[in-house]
Amino acid sequence: MTEELDAGMVAQRIAESDQVSEPSPNGEVGRRRRRKEDARLLTGRTQWTDNIQLPGMLYVQFLRSPMAHARITRVDVSAARELPGVVAAFSGQDLASEQGSLPCAWPVTEDIAIPEHPPMAVSEVRYVGEAVACVVATDRYRAADALEAIEVDYEPLPPVLDMNDALAEGAPKVHETGNKAYTWKFAQGDMEAALRDAPVRIDRTYIQQRLIPSAMEPRAVVATTDGETFTMWSATQIPHILRVMLALTTGIPEHKLRVIAPDVGGGFGSKLQVTAEEVVCLLLTKRLGKPVKWTESRSEGNLTVHHGRDQIQHITIAAESDGRIRGVRVELLVDMGAYLMLVTPGIPLLGAFMYNGIYKMDAYDFTCTGVFTTKMPTDAYRGAGRPEATYAIERAMDELAAELNMDPVEVRRRNWIKHEEFPYTTIAGLTYDSGNYEAATDKALALFGYDKLRAEQADRRDRRDPVQLGIGVSTYTEMCGLAPSRVLGSLSYGAGGWEHGSVRVLPTGKVEVVTGSSAHGQGHETAWSQLVADALGVPFEDVSVLHGDTAISHRGMDTYGSRSLVVGGMAVLSACEKVKEKARKIAAHTLECSPEDVEFSQGVFRVKGTGAQKTIQELALAAFAAHDLPEGMEPRLDADATLDPENFSFPHGTHLCAVEVDTETGHVKIRSYVAVDDVGRVVNPLIVEGQVHGGIAQGIAQALYEEAVYDAEGNLLTSTMADYLLPSAADLPDFVTDRTETPATSNPLGVKGVGEAGTIASTPAVVNAIVDALRPHGVHDIQMPCTPERIWRALRERAQA
Amino acid sequence: MIPAQFDYVRASSLEEATQALAADEDAKVIAGGQSLLPLLRLRLAYPSTLVDIGRLPELRGVQDRGDHVFIGALTTHDEVMRDPVLAAECPLVAMGAATVADPAVRHRGTFGGSLAHADPAGDLPAVILALDGVMVTTRREIPAAEFFVDYLESAMEPDEILTGVRIPKLGEGWGYHYEKFHRTAQAWAIVGVAAAVRRSDGAVAEARIGLTNMGPTPLRASATEAALAGAELGDAVRQACEQAAEGTSPPSDLHGQADYRRHLAQVLTRRAVLAAAGAH
Repeated sequence: MTEELDAGMVAQRIAESDQVSEPSPNGEVGRRRRRKEDARLLTGRTQWTDNIQLPGMLYVQFLRSPMAHARITRVDVSAARELPGVVAAFSGQDLASEQGSLPCAWPVTEDIAIPEHPPMAVSEVRYVGEAVACVVATDRYRAADALEAIEVDYEPLPPVLDMNDALAEGAPKVHETGNKAYTWKFAQGDMEAALRDAPVRIDRTYIQQRLIPSAMEPRAVVATTDGETFTMWSATQIPHILRVMLALTTGIPEHKLRVIAPDVGGGFGSKLQVTAEEVVCLLLTKRLGKPVKWTESRSEGNLTVHHGRDQIQHITIAAESDGRIRGVRVELLVDMGAYLMLVTPGIPLLGAFMYNGIYKMDAYDFTCTGVFTTKMPTDAYRGAGRPEATYAIERAMDELAAELNMDPVEVRRRNWIKHEEFPYTTIAGLTYDSGNYEAATDKALALFGYDKLRAEQADRRDRRDPVQLGIGVSTYTEMCGLAPSRVLGSLSYGAGGWEHGSVRVLPTGKVEVVTGSSAHGQGHETAWSQLVADALGVPFEDVSVLHGDTAISHRGMDTYGSRSLVVGGMAVLSACEKVKEKARKIAAHTLECSPEDVEFSQGVFRVKGTGAQKTIQELALAAFAAHDLPEGMEPRLDADATLDPENFSFPHGTHLCAVEVDTETGHVKIRSYVAVDDVGRVVNPLIVEGQVHGGIAQGIAQALYEEAVYDAEGNLLTSTMADYLLPSAADLPDFVTDRTETPATSNPLGVKGVGEAGTIASTPAVVNAIVDALRPHGVHDIQMPCTPERIWRALRERAQA
Repeated sequence: MIPAQFDYVRASSLEEATQALAADEDAKVIAGGQSLLPLLRLRLAYPSTLVDIGRLPELRGVQDRGDHVFIGALTTHDEVMRDPVLAAECPLVAMGAATVADPAVRHRGTFGGSLAHADPAGDLPAVILALDGVMVTTRREIPAAEFFVDYLESAMEPDEILTGVRIPKLGEGWGYHYEKFHRTAQAWAIVGVAAAVRRSDGAVAEARIGLTNMGPTPLRASATEAALAGAELGDAVRQACEQAAEGTSPPSDLHGQADYRRHLAQVLTRRAVLAAAGAH
């Protein structure tokens, strides 16, 4: 255990939590370091998967179903095989005996229905875009042309698109087992008692629209074999998990399979997947003995990258007349899409413990039902379950405030866990280790100019200004740092939540760090270098970080759920501690004293009370030479650590949004946005701000812009970026971001995780602001995305009523 | 997506381009590629030959020709929005060009290409229609009012090439505004309104209004134009603009239903007229 874990120090840090810590004069942790990664990324001197060229490479294209639901009665690839440059063409049937079924690693209940999911459809297609055949050719263009020569006969079956319809008696079935995948429940306290005679009851239904994760880099796969071993490059978040799953799925022995995630251009959860294309490319290289490459187009990606969200949420709050919450009940329908992919059924469970938010209550009741439809499967998307939960409770808290004619900040204040009550075990059973909602909210209100904006709002209402002002509040927390393995086990997840790190000090004193957390845009190389530089007292430039290749980083659980720093970074720190202890022993041996008499500071081991000292670089060389090491010590200054977190971490914060709503056109303009986040101690403020900015933008995008739309036949209408709207910098205001710092007590550095916080917080802040602007017009909800047309229609309906 | 196979001819003269078009009835002209490339990549268009006119310098640039301004077809949107002659004589053209897509597209996409594509959701067709521009092709001159025939269809023959546009100068006393309503900065207009207004004694003396995305072609808001003649700035303008959607047939799609577009046309026309008249 390190000195930082000392309980007294933790208490002191919590007391100082309003202060954002500065780095020590020579310290790296807390410095605004520019990212080591960026020079090579920005100048193109790197390898994305699609850049990789291998001798004799062949190119794969997939023919995809134009039908949402149909029986396949015939697939004829023979004409495609005859075209120039075409090396092979296969139907799903051709690969049926070896392609297996894509894995689902999260069977959330005993009786869950997990349908077979062949990578290429064999007898039935269940969503538009499902692969039915593939072509392998000498270039990408010939492969694409040859798809048009493949003949497929379909016998149409009824599409199943609406979750409520899907669960109705006699509904057409997506799978023989029916349209229900599972029902999962959680209850604590007496919800019936909480509801009985409740002075206030808020019942609302919210729609979490289906979203398309839009990583900058499309998916891409390269697979090759030397006849015995296999190597796959994939634009994936999860090289380690992918290797295990591919071994289990294809039967290629795990030790004969190497998976590499080179530089990966974002994922947002969409690359936390084992995809049909990865499996098929591996089978193709096995069959053909040649390297193969597949890179998706953007519109192919819109169809077939797993989608996110898509829930119908019923939330009930029972409250006292002073605004204090008695209990919360939540019932969800969650659209699984056509199949259960890697963690599809578990996504709503990641939100199941979050609908109570930051609030105290005596009863909580949660039920979710996973429903099959003939659409692209859903799975993890930035925040995964927690944005949905935060949206529902934060929207409903505003409704509660409106019902009681109370300020929305005040109703939250009356319910939230007070600073002095931490650690606090919530009604959902999680122990929030630390937090300071008062500090974050006070800071946000001050930065926002809350009272002044309220005054302007009142003035615009009085003047009946066609442009009305609305103010939205979101006080969120989230559980991240996935995750304690025992908790994942209790939720029936198929793996653990630990992470691995290793640190080796080279003979010249430079340091190589290997992390199991696979970066895809987060800046691990920079942040880990800062951590190691401080821990070992070496220059930032002397540290290099290796990741993303199972032959180099042989053990890992990869990157998702804001886990990298909290779990992966702490594993690296733990390895540093071991390196330091070993170096201390070598120093003591060399300086002829006992290890207890050696103190370490900024890379130098000194004998207490004397001038005798050795630098860590000198000790690394001594370990390499091995001429005179302590008895029984192995000649290397390396250490490994595998760390299983003791708890989740719980970032929190207060986001405030002011919008101007043009009541004539329905147009929404974000006037100002303030985010005060508490993500614990910050290793690199520049990276943290980048994550917060991107996260807020993505959450605003759900509130205002993004929606995957299927028509009545199950065709995706938003298959291009002309129809699936992503905001750019031109559409967003300058964000005001600030922090409070209440360190986590569950790890030595006090860090919490920041990858998802902005997305989780911002969506309800924006929609609350829009509804706040429209309440005097009798409008109490707008379905997301809050398009100008929806706002105009809502206003028109109220005006006509 | 990946385009289907096509032949490629880089024309070194207009004659060569015309011959290449005449030789292949499925040939298409490409300049900046702003509109054609997405169609090719989505395999919504299968031209057998692309005739690239992008390197004909004589088609590029803006010229002051006394009573009118001539804009070469290959002048990029970025050049149009920054051109000093247009800023002085036809600012409405620069205003419209400045709203096209994003900076990257505006540096590649061409003024003539946007017009020849005849997309009613494009910003420039309504602008040129409002200004009574004249399309100059390899064969003839076509007034804007006759140029836009239907959705993505112009009056040009397959082997006819747009070389430029003549825009009459309106002279003193006119104000201009292009009001574009869209959901993101890069998106097409749900509705756009191009307004040129001559003001006299606190009233609108004369107005010309082009509508973007209110039908299969760009349209003039003729009823509003007539009602605006002599209208005082205020209720009279408001009432005149309530007729802005008359005679239109806007589409219903993901970005807006027809009734919403009709409503927007009225509101945006009022705003565009008032802004052009300097009232806001």
